[in-house]
Amino acid sequence: MSLTTLSTPPARHRVVESQPVTVRRAIASEWVKFRTLRSSASMLAGASIGMVAIGMIVGWNTRRISPSLDPEDIVASAVLQGYYLGQLLVGALGVLFVSGEYSTGMIRSTMSAVPKRVPVLIAKFVVFVTVTSVTIIPCCVIAFVAGQGIISRSRTGFSLGDPGVLRLVLGTGTYLVCIGLIGAACGWLVRSTPGALVTYFAIILVLPGIFGNVLGNWGKDIAQYFPSEAGRSFVSSLHLPYTLSTWAGFTVLIAWVVIGLVASAFTLRQRDI
Amino acid sequence: MTKRYGDTVAVDDLSFAVQPGVVTGFLGPNGAGKSTTMRMILGLDAPTKGTITVNDHPFAEHTHPLREVGALLEARGVHPGRSARNHLLALAATAGIGAARVDEVIDMVGLSDVAAKRVGAFSLGMGQRLGIASALLGDPDVLLLDEPVNGLDPDGVRWIRNLLRSFADEGRTVFLSSHLMSEMALTADHVIVIGRGRLLRDQSMADFIASAGATVVRVRSPEAGRLADILRPHAGSIDMVAEGVLDVGGLASDEIGIAAAGAQITLFELATQAGSLEEAYMVLTEQAVDFHTHTISDRDHQ
Repeated sequence: MSLTTLSTPPARHRVVESQPVTVRRAIASEWVKFRTLRSSASMLAGASIGMVAIGMIVGWNTRRISPSLDPEDIVASAVLQGYYLGQLLVGALGVLFVSGEYSTGMIRSTMSAVPKRVPVLIAKFVVFVTVTSVTIIPCCVIAFVAGQGIISRSRTGFSLGDPGVLRLVLGTGTYLVCIGLIGAACGWLVRSTPGALVTYFAIILVLPGIFGNVLGNWGKDIAQYFPSEAGRSFVSSLHLPYTLSTWAGFTVLIAWVVIGLVASAFTLRQRDI
Repeated sequence: MTKRYGDTVAVDDLSFAVQPGVVTGFLGPNGAGKSTTMRMILGLDAPTKGTITVNDHPFAEHTHPLREVGALLEARGVHPGRSARNHLLALAATAGIGAARVDEVIDMVGLSDVAAKRVGAFSLGMGQRLGIASALLGDPDVLLLDEPVNGLDPDGVRWIRNLLRSFADEGRTVFLSSHLMSEMALTADHVIVIGRGRLLRDQSMADFIASAGATVVRVRSPEAGRLADILRPHAGSIDMVAEGVLDVGGLASDEIGIAAAGAQITLFELATQAGSLEEAYMVLTEQAVDFHTHTISDRDHQ
C-alpha cells in the first residue's frame, strides 16, 4: 500500500466565500442545470401540450358514440390517452437528465464538485419529481376537463367528481412522473444516451409486448408486472384480463422506481466515473 | 497506489507527494497513466490498491471540494447545450458561491464577450479557458491541470504561466501535466516523471535536467583544430560540430578560456550549453515508452 499526498499549504487569506456541499446546494445546482438546457424545456412542453391536445382530439372524435368506436375511446380515461406520447417524452427527459452528464463529460465536473456523488442522485430526483409533477399533473387535469368539455356539448361525459375519476386523472400524472424516474434510473445504470434510451424503450414498450403477445399465458403473467402494464391498471378505466388490480399495479410501479434508484445509488458509489 | 482496468495495469504501485509553494510538472509518454492518476486524485476513479489524500484527507471527504482542488481534466467536462456562465453557475451553486465570483472568473479568463453563448460553439482554446475558469471558481488551495495550454493562443499560454507562478508563490500547490517540454521547463520547479504507470523521477527541475549529463561548452575559434589538440588530453569529449566550432564536454568554460589564453588562441564564442528538459526527458523515457515509434519500422523489416 502506498500513499500519494497533495500536502497542506500554509493558511492563506481567502477571497471567495464558499459553503459546505449539502443536498440542498446540490438541488440548487441541479435546478440551474435543468432550467438552462433548451432540450429539457422543449421535451416537457411537448409532453404537456401533447397531453392536452390529444385529450381534446379524442374528445372531438368521440363526441358522438358510434359502434365503430373502440371501447377504450369512450371510457373516462379516453381523453387521457396523451399519456402514450407523454411516457415517450417524459421518459426520454428522465434518461437525458442523467445520461446527458455522461455523454458530454459534464459528470466529471459534477462529481468533482460533489465528490460524495449520492447527493447528486438525490438532487436530480428531487428536481425531476418537482418539475414534472408541477407541469404534468396539472396538464392531465386540463386534458381531462378540456376533452370532457368538448364531449359534454354532444353527450353526457364524465366529470372530475365522478367515482374514481380524480384518482384516474391524478394517477395518470403520477404514472408519468414515475416512468420518467425509471428513465433516469436507466440513465444512471447504462450511462450512454443511446444505450439508456434503448433500455428504457425495451422495458416500457418492447418487452411487455413480447411477453404479452408471443409467449402464451405464462408470458402474460409476467408482462403485467412491467412498469407500463402495471401503470395501465390505474391509468385506464378499462380493466382488461391479465392486469393487476389498481393498488397492486401502483405498488409494482413504485417498486420499480425504488429498486431503480437504489441500484443507481449503489452503482454510482461503486463504479469509476 | 495501483490501478488496473481488467488485465491492464494503468498505474503500478505509484507513490509521490506534491509540495505546496512550487509548480510541479507531471510528465510521461502517452498512456503512462497521468490522466488516470489525476482522475484518482479527484476521486473519480478509485485505486485498485492504495490511498490518495489531498490536504491530509481523501478528496471525497472534504466539505468544501471546490476550494480544496480546482481541476482541469484533459477530456472536456461541459454540456455543449449550456452557456459558459450557466455552466459555472451550476458548479458554483454546489458550494453556495455567488454569481459575482462566476463573473469574476469569466473575466479573468477573458470569456466575458462569449459567456452567454452555448459552449458547443466554442473553439478548443475557449473551451480550455472555460475549464480553467471552473478550476479557479472556488479559489482553491490546489490546482490540478491536465494539459492546460492545449489550444491556448500565445497570450493565453503566457497568462496561465504567470497565473501558476503566482499561485505557487502564494504557497498553493500546483500540479500540471503537459507534453510541451519547452513550456514545462519555463513553468515547473519540480518534476514527477512516470512511465508505464511507474514512478521514474521525482526531483527538482534543475537536478532532472542536470541528470541527463548533457552539459557541453560551445567554443568558436578561428584556430579550433589547434585548440582541440590542446584540450583533448583533459576533455571528456570534443566534437567538431562545424567548421571552427567545438562542443567540449567534461571541462568548464573557465578552464577552456584559460587554456586558450595560455596558447594565445583567439575565441569568438565561449558558452555553456545547458541540457534541455526535452533531452533529459527523452533519455529517461526511451526505455519506458509504451508505443515506441520503432515498432512500425521493425514491422517493415520482417
